[in-house]
Amino acid sequence: MIGKDIILALSMRSVRLHFLRSVLAALGIVIGVVAIASIGMMGANMTLSVTEELSDMANKLTVTPYRGGGGGMMMGPGGGGGSSSDDDDDVIDEDQFRDIERITAKYGTAYTVRSESDRVEIGSDTGRATIYGLDAEIIREILTVETGEYPKSTTSVVVGPTLAERLGLKIGSKIDIGDPDEGSTTTVRVVGILEERGMTMDLSTDMAIVGTDRLFVGIYGGEGEYDQVNVVVSDIENVDAVKTAIEEELNRQEDTVTVQDSSRMMESITATVSTMTTFVMAIAGISLLVAAVSIFNVMMMSVNERIREIGILRSIGTQRTEILRMFIYEAGILGLVGAAIGAVASIVIGYIVVLGMVGSTEYFFAPASIGYVPMAMAVGAAICVVTGVYPAWRASNLDPIEALRAE
Amino acid sequence: MSSPVIELDNVAKVYPLPSGDVTALSGISLTIDEGEFVAIMGPSGSGKSTLLNQIGCLDRPTSGDLFLAGKNTRKMDDRELTGLRLSSIGYIFQKFNLIPLLSAYENVEYPYIVKHRRNDDTGRVRNLLAQVGIDKSLSAHKPNELSGGQQQRIAIARALVNDPAILLCDEPTGNLDSRTSLQIMEILADLHGRGRTLVMVTHNPETAGYADRTITIRDGRVA
Repeated sequence: MIGKDIILALSMRSVRLHFLRSVLAALGIVIGVVAIASIGMMGANMTLSVTEELSDMANKLTVTPYRGGGGGMMMGPGGGGGSSSDDDDDVIDEDQFRDIERITAKYGTAYTVRSESDRVEIGSDTGRATIYGLDAEIIREILTVETGEYPKSTTSVVVGPTLAERLGLKIGSKIDIGDPDEGSTTTVRVVGILEERGMTMDLSTDMAIVGTDRLFVGIYGGEGEYDQVNVVVSDIENVDAVKTAIEEELNRQEDTVTVQDSSRMMESITATVSTMTTFVMAIAGISLLVAAVSIFNVMMMSVNERIREIGILRSIGTQRTEILRMFIYEAGILGLVGAAIGAVASIVIGYIVVLGMVGSTEYFFAPASIGYVPMAMAVGAAICVVTGVYPAWRASNLDPIEALRAE
Repeated sequence: MSSPVIELDNVAKVYPLPSGDVTALSGISLTIDEGEFVAIMGPSGSGKSTLLNQIGCLDRPTSGDLFLAGKNTRKMDDRELTGLRLSSIGYIFQKFNLIPLLSAYENVEYPYIVKHRRNDDTGRVRNLLAQVGIDKSLSAHKPNELSGGQQQRIAIARALVNDPAILLCDEPTGNLDSRTSLQIMEILADLHGRGRTLVMVTHNPETAGYADRTITIRDGRVA
């Protein structure tokens, strides 16, 4: 028995009659939907995990000496150059720090950072590492030691987990800092290994040695001179105000410092990820285009094969619009079935892609990520229907007598 | 048997071709009354099928007027003409022209559903099939599983499902053997006997013998 919507029933029977052909056409849509959805999800997951990581430091500002031009700079202007050169442009001096401290006092805390990149030697291994000099209290406050304890004396340091792993450092290991060819070296002892901090802009300690200010000054000098001042704002709402206040105070006559918050870094990373995602998705879109061509081909074949049948339907009183509907339905069925299979497949494949490329599926089911599945589905199905319009229009405009004559 | 159900007034059909216009019908005027059984005869290429296509609203005359049940079809658009084909005209073809995707039963039910937007729950389809000698088990088959005679019976049932005013038959026995032809003609004669208006194109004088009246077409004119 045939249903009430006989036009839809005819479309479904036609799809079923040419099952293999229909499956192959739908397969194109499946691939297109999977490609678009999984790449979209990958991009969304990347953005989400980077954003999450960065939003941890949304309340942090870094103040670095103004070096003209570009803003995003790395610390450590090279070699042992910072030893005692009194170049105002390359350091933040004590007065500036006092100003920053005064401005930020009611919003949060400011602390100084000294840093240098230098040669390190552990036993027979040598390498390079960033050496941070921080106030002993600040180390305790800002950093988390995973094993061991915080440095107290001028010869004890804590090291980042990546550096510890790479150089095989353990509690009690001895590190020689400095190049023996250029002068004396300083030997320090590892008392603690830090927790991983990941990508941050205030302190990159994963690959660094962190010691007290006194240790740092002992090696590199520079009393009252700092490479960077970090500000932790207690209420995230005040971040912009603090940033503006510091800039207005210290850069009144000329630019002496650069104040950065994480939003800029976040913006640029998000923009990079989304540009990349869009680009790759555009390539994936080509697969949908190919699918559209194959659907078009199948629909034209279906129309050409059924010219006589169309003639019969028209001659016994089927309206043009009903013939049009019949072929649009046929394309729609291919699109919907393809898109539905594609949706299921893209959840599976997308999960694998996200796991492989992003490393975490924590955000996989977040709306911004899983939302790509219905989106790709809609695009796939819509493409099918749009592609079916011309063949359907052609079918509906056939002359019944001519169509009846066809074999 | 009085009111004309089909009226042609000076109907002409010209096919414009690059090599020159081909006149298929020229100035045909005729009237067919309700309940009549008219055979249209003529040699092949005389224009008899073209004439039937005009009456069946599958085609439009180049000039002249065609009245069906008093209504001029010249002023109708494609939608209205299609509506006439659905409800007022039953078409029976030489090649049966059943829909291959549908079973025999569904083929008969199809025009009913297109017209009424619902399945037949009145038993009309089943009755019509029984009338033409197609039983329940046969009606579940697809057309390509049935013989020519069976297919033509189903086509007749389909033509009748919306109770049309006119039944048009284009060489209804042209693809059938003589015994089956006889059976089909008996069915058509029976329909005529019940008051149905039939117009049949044929080149077989024996078949034409069932009709009340024979119109001969030669070179696009009534001879």
